[in-house]
Amino acid sequence: MSSLRGDPTLGVAAAPAARTGSRLAARRRGRLNWTAVSMLAPAVVALLAIGIVPLVRAVNTSFQEFVVSRAQTQGTPYTGFDNYRTVFTDGFFWRSLLRTGQFFLYAVPLQVVLGIAIAALLTSTRWRTLAGLTRILLVVPIATTPTVVGLIGRLVYDQEFGVINWAIGLIGLGPVSWTGNPNVVLFTLALTDTWQWTPFVALVALAGLTAVPQDIVEASRLETSRWWDTFRHVQFPYLLPGLTAILIIRTADILKLFDTVFVLTRGGPGVSSELVSLYVQRVGFRFFNLGVASAQAILLLIVCIVLSRAYIKIFYREIES
Amino acid sequence: MSMSMSTSQTRVGRRRTVTAADAAQIAAILLLIAFLLLPIYWMVSTSLKTTNQTFAIPPAFVFKPTLQHYREIFHDGAVPHSLGNSLIVATVATLLAVALGTPAAYALARFDFRGKADLWFWFISNRFLSPIVVAIPYFLLARDLELLDKHLALILVYQTFTMPLVIWLCTDQFRLVPKEVDEAAMVDGANQWQTFLRINLPLAAPGIAVSAILCFLFSWNEFLFAFVLTREATRTAPVEANNFVTDFGIRWGPMMATGTLIVLPVLVFAAFASRHLVRGLTMGAVK
Repeated sequence: MSSLRGDPTLGVAAAPAARTGSRLAARRRGRLNWTAVSMLAPAVVALLAIGIVPLVRAVNTSFQEFVVSRAQTQGTPYTGFDNYRTVFTDGFFWRSLLRTGQFFLYAVPLQVVLGIAIAALLTSTRWRTLAGLTRILLVVPIATTPTVVGLIGRLVYDQEFGVINWAIGLIGLGPVSWTGNPNVVLFTLALTDTWQWTPFVALVALAGLTAVPQDIVEASRLETSRWWDTFRHVQFPYLLPGLTAILIIRTADILKLFDTVFVLTRGGPGVSSELVSLYVQRVGFRFFNLGVASAQAILLLIVCIVLSRAYIKIFYREIES
Repeated sequence: MSMSMSTSQTRVGRRRTVTAADAAQIAAILLLIAFLLLPIYWMVSTSLKTTNQTFAIPPAFVFKPTLQHYREIFHDGAVPHSLGNSLIVATVATLLAVALGTPAAYALARFDFRGKADLWFWFISNRFLSPIVVAIPYFLLARDLELLDKHLALILVYQTFTMPLVIWLCTDQFRLVPKEVDEAAMVDGANQWQTFLRINLPLAAPGIAVSAILCFLFSWNEFLFAFVLTREATRTAPVEANNFVTDFGIRWGPMMATGTLIVLPVLVFAAFASRHLVRGLTMGAVK
């Protein structure tokens, strides 16, 4: 069962179901169940072929000197940990990781605060129809093709005719060089990311807030007139599992982030918006140094594995039986 | 007594502020809707403007729409071709994920066996895999297998995110089908596969449809793998759209028309699956 640990209502509902399942299954345990094998095998074999084989290949490549332009004439000899040594002393790689962290710090706190505010607004308002419509519209940014988000960014952030510079000009600001100024560009990307992913935070927070029993909220409103007290002590505990999920998933997604940034800035100006996945892509597919790029990818993979283990540990404890 | 008094006081207090608070709430919600939709609106409206109107300062809010950019990209042919590629890849990738994923999901929901939890976690951990990690080996493998610039390469690669999604969402769905239904069918002489195909699959159809919509959406939107693994023949729409960005200036009108053609159809899909989008994005941790 997928219930959130720490969510009282869901946890209770999940437990008996899991128990019935294991009792029924116990009867079948002990012998190889060919039906189960025939149902699982295609998916497992397919995922092994497309999931594990490439990883093995990446590990293999990471120990080779593999520059595409030289591979034909000089081959791809194994060079031990040379590529990893290169990566560890490569300032560009570590700065791209640092930049990715910086981007996270610009984007995610803003998204969390805005997302919770939106969820609070939509659960508290009396205008249910409007709130319901808004809830559906929240999926618009999430579902918008990230590549197209980057293209729209190029349009609206344009220094000369962009609508954003025109809008801030109305209140006497700007014009800002949104994608041309190395000191501004990360903020611009975070703003773009905030448009696309705040709705995700809001929807997760909405799920949390809807689970709060309304009578407890009413009761606490009688106890205290301060909005903050009710939020902090009654509603926030229900938001916490969702927020944990968001922190881990957004970390993973920002490490993955490529398309929006690539289309909007190509990592520039210079390397000032080159997040880690853009840098790996540049080393691999523009310098065609596949050995070094694979070593970078393996280091990134380790981070991904740590994140997924943490996520699984926190959210799927019940089925681990 | 004191309790009821404080209740009525709160009520009265709240009612007095109702109009101001309501107005503020409506204003906030309308502002939010504008925030969500304005970028899309700006893309669509730019696709309907002449080039002069695109560069107008102040921006042209009222204008006579023109379809010239759409005519241009259809005459040129590359964009419709790439949309066709996207449609083929996303559709087949979705069908394959459902075909392979639903039996696996059913097995995970119904059977218990050693290593089940590990298998399960392995499926889920694909959600966290950064595409750039596998982009290089995919490129090398596709080159060796002569799958570069073939639809099949993308269809297979997209299984890394579509199949886990199907397995996750559908396992949940099959668990909701009472075991008694299975047992009744087996008493009537059906074997487990028949029970799955004839009884469970139709009962779980809504959940399968939702997972299929999400698979299609994520496949349709994917960029990096398509960027690395396709050339002219099978280039998908997001990669084609990216080609509008050149160092020699951007053809804004056709570019925004292309963006509109990519995004608007799937937004309709997404609206249908809106209630389940979060479940898909968090692999079920948040419902």
